[in-house]
Amino acid sequence: MTFINYASREINCKIVYYGPGLCGKTTNLQYIFDSTAPQARGKLISLATETDRTLFFDFMPLELGTVRGFKTRFHLYTVPGQVFYDASRKLILKGVDGVVFVADSQEERMDANIESLYNLEENLQSQGYDLMKIPYVLQLNKRDLGNIVPVEDLAAELQRKGEPVVEAVAATGVGVFDTLKAVAKQVLTELRKG
Amino acid sequence: MADTPILLREQQYHQIKAVLARLRMDSSAKVVFLVDKDGQEIASQGEVGNLDTTSLASLAAGNVAATGGMAQLIGEKEFPTLSHEGEKESIHISVIGRLLLVIVFDDRSSLGLVKLRSKQVSHQLATMFEEIAAGDFDDDSPFAGITDEDIDSLFS
Ligand SMILES: Nc1nc2c(ncn2[C@@H]2O[C@H](COP(=O)(O)OP(=O)(O)O)[C@@H](O)[C@H]2O)c(=O)[nH]1
Ligand SMILES: [Mg+2]
Repeated sequence: MTFINYASREINCKIVYYGPGLCGKTTNLQYIFDSTAPQARGKLISLATETDRTLFFDFMPLELGTVRGFKTRFHLYTVPGQVFYDASRKLILKGVDGVVFVADSQEERMDANIESLYNLEENLQSQGYDLMKIPYVLQLNKRDLGNIVPVEDLAAELQRKGEPVVEAVAATGVGVFDTLKAVAKQVLTELRKG
Repeated sequence: MADTPILLREQQYHQIKAVLARLRMDSSAKVVFLVDKDGQEIASQGEVGNLDTTSLASLAAGNVAATGGMAQLIGEKEFPTLSHEGEKESIHISVIGRLLLVIVFDDRSSLGLVKLRSKQVSHQLATMFEEIAAGDFDDDSPFAGITDEDIDSLFS
């Protein structure tokens, strides 16, 4: 939920990166963290298991600059991808302002993408949101690998409503900021409506 | 549709800060802060110096959400208070509607005192926040006129 503080002149918004396990959600945040000046961002908090899988969430606050004299701060979250962490995924969607779905472009991950996208729609619904109405971006990640599904086929299968589709290689940062920008833009545009 | 934004007016912010300041004194706490259940910090008071309150806010909300999930599994609505006692520093969290009141304290205070004082202000904070949540943009919303260029300039 967007939170606007007139006293400190700040806008705070919550963006959630969703997608199947190992699709590159944490890598997106890590890249943003590594390429942002320390004064513009807070710590990257990772609640991970010993084997480095996201257990609960990754979290990073990021300041983008000012709009109409208000500092805009985005709270970026990722969810754990594994099927059995559904309870924590639901919780993280509470109060969400925008969602990035990170799809894994590898052929063998197609089913996992589809399952995760259904899971997103269901979990949004259970929190009272509608994917069709929420700021939303589809990122097609791992475009550098050999065994990938063509962009048109991925879009045909995963695109829901004409949302922006961004090709990415999160590991090297390709498309990472374009994705963030596409979702942030929709979130700020919502504010216009009041 | 995302939720409607919460607008915190200057005067409301200072009222909240004043309540937190008094609470901090009365409970001999180090830091007192108010967080939205989604993890956004609303206001803080005390020795925040090098404390990362943004991260703490997000983790406190995650903590409450996770224990709330456990509560529901055993047939409770939620756990209204949580406390974590460390060797020197401790944290007490109370759930007040959609707010979390987080108090960081050490051996200058005690869990009993912190609990008592939190309880005493919870009604006041809840009432204040109801008023805030009911607020809406005025006609002079600074955002009604946001242009695409304004937004693009954030990323340049
Ligand atoms: N080749 C390649 N590997 C990637 C890319 N993005 C992420 N990875 C790797 O995929 C693995 C899982 O990424 P991670 O961000 O932890 O996935 P998460 O489970 O969605 O958080 C890691 O080994 C990453 O280095 C990419 O664009 N290309
Ligand atoms: Mg991860």
